[in-house]
Amino acid sequence: MAIFPPKEKVWWNEPIERTEILWVSIALVWCLIMFFMMPYWHIVGDQNLTNEAYKITAEKFAERTEAFAEKYQVREEGDTGIPVVKPPAGSDIYMLGRLWEWWPVLELEKDQTYRLHLSSLDWQHGFSLLPENINIQVHPDYEMIVTITPNRAGEYSIVCNEFCGIGHHTMVGKIYVVDK
Amino acid sequence: MSNTADFRVCPDTGFKIHLPADKLIKWNAVTAIVFLLIGGLFGIAIALTRWPAVHLLPADMFYLALTAHGFNVLLVWCIFFEVALLYFTSAVLLNVRLATPKLAWLGYILMLGGAIMTNIAVLRGDSSVMFTSYVPMKAAPDFYLGIILFAVGALLGCMVFFGTLVIAKREKTYEGSVPLVTFGAIVAAVIAVFTILSGAAILLPTLLWSVDFVGHIDTVMYKVIWWAMGHSSQQVNVAAHIAVWYALAAILFGAKPLSEKVSRTAFLLYILFLQLASAHHLLVEPGLSAEYKIFNTSYAIYLAVLGSMIHGLTIPGAVEAAQRKKGFNKGLFEWLRKAPWGNPAFSGFALSVVMFGFLGGITGVMMGTEQLNIIIHNTIYVPGHFHATVVTGTTLTFMALCWWLVPVLWQKELMFPGLAKWQPYLFGIGMGLASIFMMGAGTLGVPRRHWDINFADAIMGYDFPGAAHLMMALNGVAAVVGSIGGAIFILCMVGTVFFGKAKVPAPASEEPPQAEGAAAISSHGGSGTLAVPGTFVLAMVFLISFILYYFVNWKYLSGVWGLS
Repeated sequence: MAIFPPKEKVWWNEPIERTEILWVSIALVWCLIMFFMMPYWHIVGDQNLTNEAYKITAEKFAERTEAFAEKYQVREEGDTGIPVVKPPAGSDIYMLGRLWEWWPVLELEKDQTYRLHLSSLDWQHGFSLLPENINIQVHPDYEMIVTITPNRAGEYSIVCNEFCGIGHHTMVGKIYVVDK
Repeated sequence: MSNTADFRVCPDTGFKIHLPADKLIKWNAVTAIVFLLIGGLFGIAIALTRWPAVHLLPADMFYLALTAHGFNVLLVWCIFFEVALLYFTSAVLLNVRLATPKLAWLGYILMLGGAIMTNIAVLRGDSSVMFTSYVPMKAAPDFYLGIILFAVGALLGCMVFFGTLVIAKREKTYEGSVPLVTFGAIVAAVIAVFTILSGAAILLPTLLWSVDFVGHIDTVMYKVIWWAMGHSSQQVNVAAHIAVWYALAAILFGAKPLSEKVSRTAFLLYILFLQLASAHHLLVEPGLSAEYKIFNTSYAIYLAVLGSMIHGLTIPGAVEAAQRKKGFNKGLFEWLRKAPWGNPAFSGFALSVVMFGFLGGITGVMMGTEQLNIIIHNTIYVPGHFHATVVTGTTLTFMALCWWLVPVLWQKELMFPGLAKWQPYLFGIGMGLASIFMMGAGTLGVPRRHWDINFADAIMGYDFPGAAHLMMALNGVAAVVGSIGGAIFILCMVGTVFFGKAKVPAPASEEPPQAEGAAAISSHGGSGTLAVPGTFVLAMVFLISFILYYFVNWKYLSGVWGLS
């Protein structure tokens, strides 16, 4: 019994039940399959996060994002005063997280690829793109660059899903994806 | 050598129990249950707040309650109980005196003082930083200090455990190898030491930072090291509750492991690989390479998962073999049908094995896959997963053990045995459903740690589909059912300990459990045991569910925006 010492002192030499050997072998094969799925998806899959990230200060990232928004602003989002920015396809685009907003609103074209720069100006935030359910952690002092290719037109929301203080649940941003 | 007067012989089991160990086990276990009650009350308030139609707490109280809930149940309840388990599996199972009881008491006081200190900091309202306290969000210094004191106390508990093993070896209180259950406890304790040292490595600088002595803490580095503690502490739970599963199989059925070699090797895989997986929490962070993420998140080719899959076969297999030897041999599943489903120690054990594997294990591996984590990270799917592992796995297992251990240790009759029969079903199935509904809502993108998914105060909002709101409501209902089970547990335990009738010495016909087991199982070893076809069928059902669920999620992933 498991609550007493093994009866045979040299339990290591006891034969193993066939069922156990079979199960261990099957489980090991499954573990290997799961392991190799990850590198395999890096080769053939379309959804992989890059390793591309840089250290950056909050001031510098804010400066770049503001310059980007000013350059490509097309309108304002309703009466919120938040700029809607429509950058050219294939370009570098910026979105910052801060207490408690995602800024600015982006308008992208379907099936075009963009290099999205993400960073936070204060605490950590969670970039949760809905209804796609793509989730990326956003850190202060780190600029992460994710190459994105929107594949459906529509209105997308970015809900913050990393707790960032008392206004956390009001932190929502927006991305429009339009047909060409 | 200590005086024999310091021991009592347990009338139920025949174990020689060192009196100071007896007292320490009781105090640690009761304290654990008190913190389970405190943490559980915060938990139910949280579930009722996230039920959109009820929305119980205001925002500030909600975030305070979340911090308190995580700390009290995830850390304090589990670890106090595990310290009791360490003393039980060393001093009691090895019939030996506990090493340095005074140091063990110091550990107890540090843990209790630390837990109270952190709770005060949280309840004061200036440390609602969540259990994870990610920098640069800052809590009051006593929040971190309390956790550090608690951890030092737990470390002392581990040292007393190791010391007791040394004494048992030296005084030859057992022959050959330690029992498998004690071996599992050793694994838990080794991982605990790694966990606590990682905790020290990150919480000490964070404490200094909170008093402005250290200027800057890198946010990514914080998470890498914090989760070396945070994730490993859950591996302590896993190792401990699997050891308890083996113990319950032995106590209830006289079951012995199918083979010591396989079960012990599976435990050893935990020591070697389970303390990886800090990266489970870092799969969508900047600044970490894909190579690191893949290696770490898979515990080096999933070898720790292999360990868990082995236990998943060998534990029900041991029960099946024991039942078949008793003559429950008809068909594939007579052994299971004729099991004592009305005994809460068994039903809690059985439910926890099933739900830990199906709900906790499969989902954990799925969301710990590098790319799949993109569609899961920080949604309420994550709490759904870990409520399956920590609540229906660890907590339900510890409760199941208590149904047997508390009456035996205190030598009292269990209070309200009729209610007790229902407890594992209410608590286990209630919390299992809560996990499922949280995971369901998470696949629709509902965020974790979020006060209002209706976004009433937000400039811009997002309309979650009706199914998401429905599932958050059902999560609330399921959590209420689960808490009724939790309340019954606490009622019965407190009732038994403080008001239970003293046990009358067992009549001769009622044989102590190990005698029954010894009679049922003649020889030891794999070749002597019967085949376990029923368990193998169950294991294959598990594997097929696992494979289907795993690839369904790859299918979901392949449909979202291209990312590279």
